[in-house]
Amino acid sequence: MTTTVMADGQLTPEEQKRLTADMHRSLRRKKIRAFMLVAPLVVFILITFVAPIATMLFRSVDNPQVATYMPNTTAALAQWEGDALPDEATFAALVKDLTEGRKNKTIGKAATRLNYEKSRMRSLITGTARKAARLTPPYKDKVIKIKKGWGDIDTWRVIKRESTTFTKSYYVAAFDMKTQPDGEITVLPDKQQIYIKLFWRTVWMSLLITALTVILGYPVSYLLASLPLRTANMLLILVLLPFWTSLLVRTTSWIAMLQGQGVINDLLVWIGLVGDQDRLTMIYNATGTVITMTHILLPFMVLPLYSVMKTIPPSYMRAARSLGATPFTAFYRVYLPQSVPGISAGAILVFILAIGYYITPALVGGQSGQFIGNMIAYHMQGSLNWGLAAALGVMLLVLVLGIYGIYNRLVGDNKVKMG
Amino acid sequence: MALPSYAGPLETIWYYLFRVICALVFIFLISPLIVIIPLSFNVEPYFSFTEGMLALDPEAYSLRWYEEFLNSERWMASIKNTFIVAAFSTVLSMVLGTLAALGLSRSELPYKGLIMGLLISPMIVPLIIAAAGMFFFYSWMGVSQSYLGLILAHTALGTPFVVITVTATLTGFDQNLVKAAESLGASPTYAFFKITVPLIMTGVISGGLFALMTSVDEVIVAIFIAGAEQRTVPMQMWSGIREQISPTILAVATLLVAMSILLLTTVEYLRRRSENIRGISSH
Repeated sequence: MTTTVMADGQLTPEEQKRLTADMHRSLRRKKIRAFMLVAPLVVFILITFVAPIATMLFRSVDNPQVATYMPNTTAALAQWEGDALPDEATFAALVKDLTEGRKNKTIGKAATRLNYEKSRMRSLITGTARKAARLTPPYKDKVIKIKKGWGDIDTWRVIKRESTTFTKSYYVAAFDMKTQPDGEITVLPDKQQIYIKLFWRTVWMSLLITALTVILGYPVSYLLASLPLRTANMLLILVLLPFWTSLLVRTTSWIAMLQGQGVINDLLVWIGLVGDQDRLTMIYNATGTVITMTHILLPFMVLPLYSVMKTIPPSYMRAARSLGATPFTAFYRVYLPQSVPGISAGAILVFILAIGYYITPALVGGQSGQFIGNMIAYHMQGSLNWGLAAALGVMLLVLVLGIYGIYNRLVGDNKVKMG
Repeated sequence: MALPSYAGPLETIWYYLFRVICALVFIFLISPLIVIIPLSFNVEPYFSFTEGMLALDPEAYSLRWYEEFLNSERWMASIKNTFIVAAFSTVLSMVLGTLAALGLSRSELPYKGLIMGLLISPMIVPLIIAAAGMFFFYSWMGVSQSYLGLILAHTALGTPFVVITVTATLTGFDQNLVKAAESLGASPTYAFFKITVPLIMTGVISGGLFALMTSVDEVIVAIFIAGAEQRTVPMQMWSGIREQISPTILAVATLLVAMSILLLTTVEYLRRRSENIRGISSH
């Protein structure tokens, strides 16, 4: 492309326009080229990681069972006011749904779904479905004769409420609340509360673990930062080796350390601190979870803290001392404030990792050392209440992403440094 | 940090006390890994030291659990599975992660923060949530209970490490080197393989080792999406610890500690080499 230059060395307006357009085009090409490099991984992560999580989270509000497997009842109840038992037509629709549902083996899905909302709904529905095919009209009294539950207006209110495409009932359950038959949402009595309590316990234990990693990690990082590099690198291996060792290996070794006949109890008995009869119970409870997780997460505290402390010039402390500060004042007023970014980076990293833990609490936590992750796993694999698992997952995810947002503000994600 | 000459008696006491505290923390960090080594040679089927072991009686030690491990078809199959899954997912993570890091390091890339957030999300999101999601989605895609599914999942979990380490290597990277090569007549491809690749290689490899370790150690996603056919070493350990806890697990654990020593040494070697090449001293 040739550019004619005017006599005074200026470009003509057309030339200028063309040059700008060229520049834009080349910049766009560069942008596209940069994007093409990123695109494969972006697409890969979207398909293999983000889409699975998004679809799972959708399950926390997704509610197709009743509307799909009891379509006639759903339609019949649409106009129902909810102040008296439904009419004969609705009962006829119910009998039709139960008969077809039993034939297609789908009625159990609707029954299971409704059983989350009201106990004994499953036996009510499957028990009636077994006899539904033999019924002849008029149905209303005959159905109520098979199972009294159909004469209860609340049964119908629950069916109507859960025949919508989306539901909030999994979140209601996850927040330890209950929808009353009249539609009012109330908090469960204290004794029946599970999930909110477990959430608080997870947060509280994660905070405790974070605090312990700060208390144990700070002196070690300080020592590492103030030793000559060669010695520091040697000692750093003691931090990095656990970091690189399998999580399951570390959990296993803590079982060997902490159990009744374990190394620590044996040692305490041998010294004579503890009698052979009353060995300490340090595992399969909250203590076991806290000790093991503190050990597993300690390197995540030491490494960022150490990398910040390395940048604090030792001369500042000496200057403070020479100006008359006591060792404590010099540390508290000069060193500590400069190490705060390291503490906050490490603490938030440890806290985020701790709050989502599942494996370690499951193996060494017993009853009292379980985390919210264990409850999600239980509803995924044990009770198969996937909607509730999804609702708890959303709550955990919101919590983690919220804290990560704060972390990002504080340190910036490109400064995550490990090893 | 030598004790200053002007230190008073209190400060002297604190100086030594502080070192004792640090020593205790180091013991806390390392003792669990040390303890399992002798226990794995226990002749008895216990997880604790027997009197004979403490008396250093050779009779009390044996290779029994290592034999059991080597003769167990289940363990051997799980090693093979772990190896297959880790090898493929590490290579995939390295390729995808390195390409992405090269793109991320270009100043022209729009929405950089958003993309970076997306790419490192597998490191932030609790694994139990990811595993639950993959449980449904992968079976819908028809890849659950298959090697492919597990490889895809582990690749997703491993890429953030490659992205982070390679991006870090590229921050000290002088783009003028590439321009110089091109001005001397090198084609962009030639310049990439002759200049860029050798300089970022250490980052790629240490990111790859992180990804390898992630795959070798990953159990949550594996429990949710792998079938009995794909049973990996961590899955075997997980069920071993939950069901019948036998010292065979300690033997495996000891071998895994040996492996992490090897990995750690490699990563440290690479890190120092990278610092030397790029002329960045560690201080």
